Amino acid sequence: MTDSAIADLPDDSHHPTSFVSKYIWSQDHKVIAIQYAATAIFVGLVALVLSGMMRLQLGFPDQFAFIDPSAYLQFVTMHGMIMVIYLLTALLLGGFGNYLIPLMLGARDMVFPYLNMLSYWTYLLSVIVLLASFFVPGGATGAGWTLYPPQAILPGTPGNDVGILMMLISLAIFIVAFTMGGLNYVTTILQARAKGMTLMRMPLSIWGIFIASILGLLAFPALLVSAIMMLMDRLAGTSFFMPALLSLGEQMEYGGGSPVLFQHLFWFFGHPEVYIVALPAFGMVSDVIATHARKNIFGYRMRVWAIVAIGGLSFVVWAHHMYVSGMNPYFGFFFATTTLIIAVPTALKVYNWVLTLWRGNIHMTVPMMFAIGFIFTFTHGGLTGLFLGNVVVDLPLSDTYFVVGHFHMVMGVSPIMVLFAAIYHWFPKITGRFLDSGMGKLHFWITFLGTYSIYLPMHYLGFLGVPRRYFAMGPTEFIPESAQSLNAGITVSALIVGLAQLIFIVNLIWSTFKGKRAGDNPWEATTLEWQTATTPPGHGNWGAELPVVYRWAYDYSVPGVKADFIPQNCPPSAVEMAAAEGGELDDNKGPYNEPTA
Amino acid sequence: MAIAIVILLLVIGSLVFHFTSPWWFTPLASNWGTIDDTIEITFWITGIVFVAVNLFLAYVVYRYRFHKHRRADYEPENKKLENWLFVGTTLGVAAMLAPGLFVWAKFVNVPEDAQQFEALGQQWHWSFRLPGEDGVLGETSAELIDDNNPFGINPDDPTGLDDVLISSNEMHIPVDQPVKVMLRSKDVLHNFAVPQFRVKMDLVPGIVSYLWFTPTRLGRFELLCLELCGMAHYTMRGHIVVDTAEDYQAWLAKQQTFAEILNAPVGDPQLGQQVYASCAACHGAQGEGNEMLNSPRLAGQGARYIERQLGYFKDGVRGRHEKDSYGMQMAAMAAGLSAANIRDVSAYIASLQAPVTVAAAGAASDEGRQLYRNCAYCHGEWGQGKAAQNAPALAGQQPAYFKRQINNFQQQIRGAHQQDIFGRQMLLMSRLLQSEQAVDAVAAYLHALPVVQRGEPLAHMRASAQDGGDLDD
Amino acid sequence: MNLLHKLAEKPWLAQTEGGDAALLEDSGPRLPAKTALKFFIAVVSVIFFLFTITFLSRSQYPDFQALAGEPWLPLSNTGQLWFNSALLVLASAGLELARRQAGRQPLGAVVLALGAAAVCSVGFVIGQYLVWLQLSDRGYTVSANPANSYFYLLTAIHALHLLGGLFALTRLIYRFAERPNLASLQQNIGLCALYWHYLLLLWLFLFALLVAPAETYRAIAAFCGL
Repeated sequence: MTDSAIADLPDDSHHPTSFVSKYIWSQDHKVIAIQYAATAIFVGLVALVLSGMMRLQLGFPDQFAFIDPSAYLQFVTMHGMIMVIYLLTALLLGGFGNYLIPLMLGARDMVFPYLNMLSYWTYLLSVIVLLASFFVPGGATGAGWTLYPPQAILPGTPGNDVGILMMLISLAIFIVAFTMGGLNYVTTILQARAKGMTLMRMPLSIWGIFIASILGLLAFPALLVSAIMMLMDRLAGTSFFMPALLSLGEQMEYGGGSPVLFQHLFWFFGHPEVYIVALPAFGMVSDVIATHARKNIFGYRMRVWAIVAIGGLSFVVWAHHMYVSGMNPYFGFFFATTTLIIAVPTALKVYNWVLTLWRGNIHMTVPMMFAIGFIFTFTHGGLTGLFLGNVVVDLPLSDTYFVVGHFHMVMGVSPIMVLFAAIYHWFPKITGRFLDSGMGKLHFWITFLGTYSIYLPMHYLGFLGVPRRYFAMGPTEFIPESAQSLNAGITVSALIVGLAQLIFIVNLIWSTFKGKRAGDNPWEATTLEWQTATTPPGHGNWGAELPVVYRWAYDYSVPGVKADFIPQNCPPSAVEMAAAEGGELDDNKGPYNEPTA
Repeated sequence: MAIAIVILLLVIGSLVFHFTSPWWFTPLASNWGTIDDTIEITFWITGIVFVAVNLFLAYVVYRYRFHKHRRADYEPENKKLENWLFVGTTLGVAAMLAPGLFVWAKFVNVPEDAQQFEALGQQWHWSFRLPGEDGVLGETSAELIDDNNPFGINPDDPTGLDDVLISSNEMHIPVDQPVKVMLRSKDVLHNFAVPQFRVKMDLVPGIVSYLWFTPTRLGRFELLCLELCGMAHYTMRGHIVVDTAEDYQAWLAKQQTFAEILNAPVGDPQLGQQVYASCAACHGAQGEGNEMLNSPRLAGQGARYIERQLGYFKDGVRGRHEKDSYGMQMAAMAAGLSAANIRDVSAYIASLQAPVTVAAAGAASDEGRQLYRNCAYCHGEWGQGKAAQNAPALAGQQPAYFKRQINNFQQQIRGAHQQDIFGRQMLLMSRLLQSEQAVDAVAAYLHALPVVQRGEPLAHMRASAQDGGDLDD
Repeated sequence: MNLLHKLAEKPWLAQTEGGDAALLEDSGPRLPAKTALKFFIAVVSVIFFLFTITFLSRSQYPDFQALAGEPWLPLSNTGQLWFNSALLVLASAGLELARRQAGRQPLGAVVLALGAAAVCSVGFVIGQYLVWLQLSDRGYTVSANPANSYFYLLTAIHALHLLGGLFALTRLIYRFAERPNLASLQQNIGLCALYWHYLLLLWLFLFALLVAPAETYRAIAAFCGL
């Protein structure tokens, strides 16, 4: 009974008193969630600026003296790594995982609040080490976000000296932080659920976070292992990944290692990583859609099974990133098959979102707009994945802009859409105020249409054969001049979308202080986090008594009940009584609080 | 409401974009039409799903938009519907996968009659090797690679002696003949990709990977490196020329075997000294160059580079462009040289050790050094040049000559000729110096660099620079 | 299976008042620390599993020189390693003893067993370091051969995990000294014991792996299709 005490103790214990213990060294999962989210959003903005600079070079080559090939590759590398790991993983699990798990499950906090705090500070350290690598001699690593050896640690690649060391060390620290967080999330979900909250009554957000945390715990070790081995190759002169080779004409001391082995390890982490990001996003968007369509989620059990199945399958598809890596080509048969199998549960999820909307009563709120935008972009990104997963179709397309278009659609835009949906949806709980819906709609339209106009054309550059990771195409015989105009157009869209994110930042700041006040349950949602006594929830979340759960998370528009939602903690007797009297279930104020225009 | 219309418009817009896009696969030039067919199938299936799902989404969003008196249905699941969707999706996926695996089986199994050749990658260009008359590629190893044996062929292996070596970025192959390309790398990962052939594969140091195709169309196709291989990845280009059988044989007859290269005559500096007598008037007795006469410094330059450039001048690869008046002068001078003359004089020039007459010690600006960092990968930290990278020495070079050559590369006056195999890279790299000021800064920096004498250890340079303090890196 | 049964539930079915199975069942005592430790052990196992796979695949490259198998190879003499193993066995046994005694008064035996376990663990780490010194003295340095690299790497990572455990054990003893709480002591010693047993098994596995002759690697690699 040491660290885990708070989950079981009554509410009046452990109240932090000073500002520092309340907001800085906080052990409250809600504060930690906000710390995680703020750090992740900050570092994400850095990565956004980096992508803007890359686009400037691609759209208008030879115009910007400060972008040379070395700097360009450094921007590419840092942009990719920050977005995938330090933004998406941290924001979805560290941010939303932390905020939602105890609240949605009816717990007072995570089971290990101290470990939780440590997890955030370790994450912050990894971010600082990562960003510091820009300022070391030689600059940040420019090896591409996949950090493939041998080139990652050889001269000829920018940042091969200190930059790559900082990157590997930062990743190792991040993995330690994630492991502390992940153990916490998994244990809390397994052991701190409120009375009556069976596994199948958990909201899909929690299912997504749960399976993603397990995937993270089992997949990040592969990245750690490869980082340690590459560090040894770089520092101790071992030859894990380094065969006998030259570098820029000089013989090196290495011998016998296998660069492809690194790729296997990297993608054994890298593919589950896609689902570490996708599964929480799938879950949260399901909850947003159900709430704002006032309809139960369609095929709940199928969705849970699909999440579990996708989680399991994600460990046996990794080499579809390596069809042209020089590995044994016979692997192609196996990995193409498993990859296309994983498409089936993923497709079912898409159908189920649309079928949830079907015959619903769709409130076109800002979160709902982002959720619908997500369905569109995810459908697009998922379908282009079928090109790359099918081994022969990958041959002409791999390493071209088609790949860039695909993974930005499926792993960039889609999770970001969900993140925005989630932020607009849960902001009233976090702060007690709505985000401004006018700014929100403007933000949505620019982001949704802008990103599509960025990434759709990229696929066509890929068909043409335009290579990714090229600083400049220069004159070529097979690429028409018009491709450059297309590139310039993409850049203009990208800059507009990038700038539009300022609207969101302004909205966040403005609404935190001046936004329209929201009640405890402004969206009239069923899940537990909306049933807290105060908004934002106080320390310990639930006041004197923990909630008791009587039903699943999706009792919207239940026949025979006048109110169109029944909270999870509403006992059957209350429903029966209300039905018998023909009256209202509780203080349901009729029309929606945030109706559409 | 608005969003339903927008989704409808996006679906229509995507289809219009797709069908009117001028950006599409380059015309096929190999046997891999089956890959294009698989893509076609994938396109139809995914396209239909894309349109169907999103049109349905738009309809649903419109039809079930918020209405005060509407109440949503309550339907936790519908097993029948879910099963149908499951079966339909599985069938669609299988319809894409099955032909894909079928074609992949063809890719994995190379036809018996395929001819082999090797593509060897290094940062940042290509070279090629043919098995020669015995049809067997000789043994190689990375440890054997040096300036005199850039392919790392084992000289004791008799099957390697007749291997035909092509140290150019351009490779020829005969049309309608299946070829198996053996892929080998000296340093880091690269990727062999010709968009018109559709297939590609990584080059991995330590192993030999392969791919195969049958070229079906005559032409000159651009070869790209598609695996990130360092700073100048984007300049790692080459060409695959598909010839008729006769043209191919004519080309092949001109190439040298490993044995021929090993036994090639070596330049004689003493004979070269006599040849140099006519050069000395402009380039100086010690090869120090003469700014007044627009003749560059030659001392400090390696024999290979001099030999290659003299060959270019003689063969009209360099010094033919009307805007290159000084080059035209040089071309006239080189026209009279025999192959043996060129060899000898190059050997002599490589032995010259003219001191640098630098007035401006400390002229090396930070800006110049910063801009030079991308050049240093090939031309060397001290501008000493690297034979392995086919990069000339730049240290001590006259600013005027340097600036003129950068300008020539930028204007495609130099380097654009198809046979200028390494100059092509400079077309792209020279663009990094975007302003006159930048070119000036690098020129001044290089001019002030101490010239490395051949054989002098670089460590010594670093130490003396640190003592001086003005050239630290 | 229970879990499959749970996943097949139809959670939307209405429950009657008092008839809700979810509210009736007793969830039993909650031991979050133990659950977390089990997951942590799973994470560590994945790390070592991946190291092992790469080791086996690397062992089939021609430059790999196994450290044992022929009489002149350094790890053919396993004396020091057996001694280290014995220390780790003692440490594990000490913790097991402490775990069983923890509920009873007086605490003398517990303290003794814990101390012995800690000392043996430190001894194990020092012993491993001595093996390193012996190896590098004989020229088997970390970068000389991939087999050496793996030996240093795997023993180092294992020792790091043990040191982490020692940190937790020390903290536990310190906190108990500050504020004696028998129930908490008993539970936490249980956790330490579980972790030590795991590290012992892991070490025995690594031991067997690292001192195997080249033929064994070949056989395993062939079996795994590497």
